Amino acid sequence: MSSLPTGLKGRAELGVALLLGAAGVLVFLDASRLSVPYSQSDPVGPKTVPFIVAGLLVVCAILLAVNVMRGGKGEAEGGEDIELGHPADWKTVLPLAGAFVLNILLIDWAGWVISGTVLFWGSVLALGSRHYIRDGLLSVALSLLTFYGFYLGLGIALPAGLLEGIL
Amino acid sequence: MDVWSSLMDGFATALTPMNFLYAVIGVLLGTAVGVLPGLGPAMTVALLLPVTYALEPTSAFIMFAGIYYGGMYGGSTTSILLNTPGESSSVVTAIEGNKMAKAGRAAQALATAAIGSFVAGTIGTALLAVFAPIVVEFAVSLGAPSYFAIMVLALLAVTAVLGSSRLRGFASLGLGLAIGLVGIDSVTGQRRLTFGQPLLADGLDIVVVAVAIFAVGEALWVAAHLRRNPLHVIPVGRPWMGRKDWGRSWKPWLRGTAFGFPFGALPAGGAEIPTFLSYVTEKRLSKHPEEFGKGAIEGVAGPEAANNAAAAGTLTPLLALGLPTNATAAVMLAAFTTYGIQPGPQLFSSQGPLVWALIASLFIGNLLLLLINLPLAPLWAKLLQLPRPYLYAGILFFATLGAYSVNLQAFDLVVLLVLGALGFMMRRFGLPVLPLILGVILGPRIEGQLRKTLQLSAGDPAGLFSEPIAIVVYIIVALILVWPFVLKLIRRNRPQAAGAPSAPAAPSGSSAPSGSSAPAELPGRQEPAARTETTVHAPGSGHEDRTVRSDKKETP
Repeated sequence: MSSLPTGLKGRAELGVALLLGAAGVLVFLDASRLSVPYSQSDPVGPKTVPFIVAGLLVVCAILLAVNVMRGGKGEAEGGEDIELGHPADWKTVLPLAGAFVLNILLIDWAGWVISGTVLFWGSVLALGSRHYIRDGLLSVALSLLTFYGFYLGLGIALPAGLLEGIL
Repeated sequence: MDVWSSLMDGFATALTPMNFLYAVIGVLLGTAVGVLPGLGPAMTVALLLPVTYALEPTSAFIMFAGIYYGGMYGGSTTSILLNTPGESSSVVTAIEGNKMAKAGRAAQALATAAIGSFVAGTIGTALLAVFAPIVVEFAVSLGAPSYFAIMVLALLAVTAVLGSSRLRGFASLGLGLAIGLVGIDSVTGQRRLTFGQPLLADGLDIVVVAVAIFAVGEALWVAAHLRRNPLHVIPVGRPWMGRKDWGRSWKPWLRGTAFGFPFGALPAGGAEIPTFLSYVTEKRLSKHPEEFGKGAIEGVAGPEAANNAAAAGTLTPLLALGLPTNATAAVMLAAFTTYGIQPGPQLFSSQGPLVWALIASLFIGNLLLLLINLPLAPLWAKLLQLPRPYLYAGILFFATLGAYSVNLQAFDLVVLLVLGALGFMMRRFGLPVLPLILGVILGPRIEGQLRKTLQLSAGDPAGLFSEPIAIVVYIIVALILVWPFVLKLIRRNRPQAAGAPSAPAAPSGSSAPSGSSAPAELPGRQEPAARTETTVHAPGSGHEDRTVRSDKKETP
């Protein structure tokens, strides 16, 4: 569980500071357009807490930027299945995210059984399994099982979509 | 005895056949998911929340009780059989447990963990049953100013004390509070941070946030760094212990329990510090100190008991004050609120039967764990060999299903993906997850208490200090915030005292798995943990860490 190779990584964390700063500014701008009706029952008003949160975020952003510039860096998280020796494997993550997005696009139109199959199959393949047929069958089975399980067991009707009437 | 009769009623509720069945299901699910790598108890509860929506609250909470203890127990199996712990609270168990397993004593390691968990869990639950009503009695007298102060303390303590970098903890807290702001302001009815999106008006569903941060973030993160050569799982038979093992285990169990419960009950306690303290204590008291680092049974028995007792301790502030102190408790608080139940002092009077059924089922869950898990250990070991593509694809699949089934909106899945990406980024750059989750859940409550406080004092800020408890809590808050600077000052005056000798043990062992981050970083898991130390980082100096040696305690 050693630290990742330095170099590129040291500066990438500035993106986190940027994100924090942007979030802080966003919270501030959003809160400043709120109107504050004067009222005896709510002296704090809707703006105070957002302003505090925005301040916290901006201060953290600045301190983090300073910290990173001075060479500080956050420790990447370890775990059972995690090997930090090599850089992030985007060839796995991006297809995985792709399968997820596909599911979002399909779920209302094509229904859970189809979109869930796409999600599981896509994820398994992205994660490196090469049993195409077996994985496909497994995906269909899992989607059908959860569809009926939720409908019959929990009374939650997941969308049937294209397969409406068949299921 | 009021507690006694209430508890008996609780048992009567929890032991009806259906509820008992839910307890069994909860224990099995909790352990199975807890054993699986990458899944902690918080994620287990979050993923299973939607499933329990169809149940009535009592049954749901009985199931949660099983999941809670099962998840805690499952983590220890993983850390004994695979040298890498899943939860930060199992880090210490892994040191001796895995050594024992490698020396062919996996059965004994699992047995002492299981029985120790049972002993600690049972004592811990009994303490919960005794103390929670006392805390409630005390808490009833507290007003909004005190609640505000206590919640601020909980947030700051978790952020500042746990984790390796305070700065990153506060960054995470800020993000969580911002997420908590989304939605309609409850007092003025104005929309905050909704960006004109009507679907955001009700705020972000906490289930979606928790599942995104814990499950999706974790799955994406693991996918980016998936181990190329799978870990070796040590095969195991049925756990058992000989007479000698019993003799060496029972005292560590009790001492571990004594460490675990109070720490679990504290606002920033968690399970990491007591497991670590227990380990150090057992090492010092052991008659076989030479075995430590080579598989000493005391080193498994003590920390495991501490871990489970802390799990029970955590429930005290959750039930009595409505104050979650770890990720799992935070998710359970979210579960309570989705059922329209507000944990806190009124809970024991308004939902008495439910609370006592929950406590009773904690006892039952504990016993079930022991009875079910001893024979099932070989099966759990097989679970560890589940091919990783299926495991992580499965996590994504069920995360999606769970988040979608809450509102049946594809929009929630977009939120899930965006926050999942945030969770990924946090893991990548060492932002702890726990402050974010607590920020999301406690943020709106803190704001509510703040507004109530100042409403009572008609806008006078002095109203914040109008209760003695509030003042005491603020003093503690101040101490927590100021302490690292004091420490820095002391260090600067005595530079040679702490500077040089701790240099080789720079914080390289990253050990901050899901849920909460470990304060106790053990230098290299393979090495005999002769020098155990806690690293404390000051805000703004994640790099130059000062190291607090705790081996000082070993030389009296």
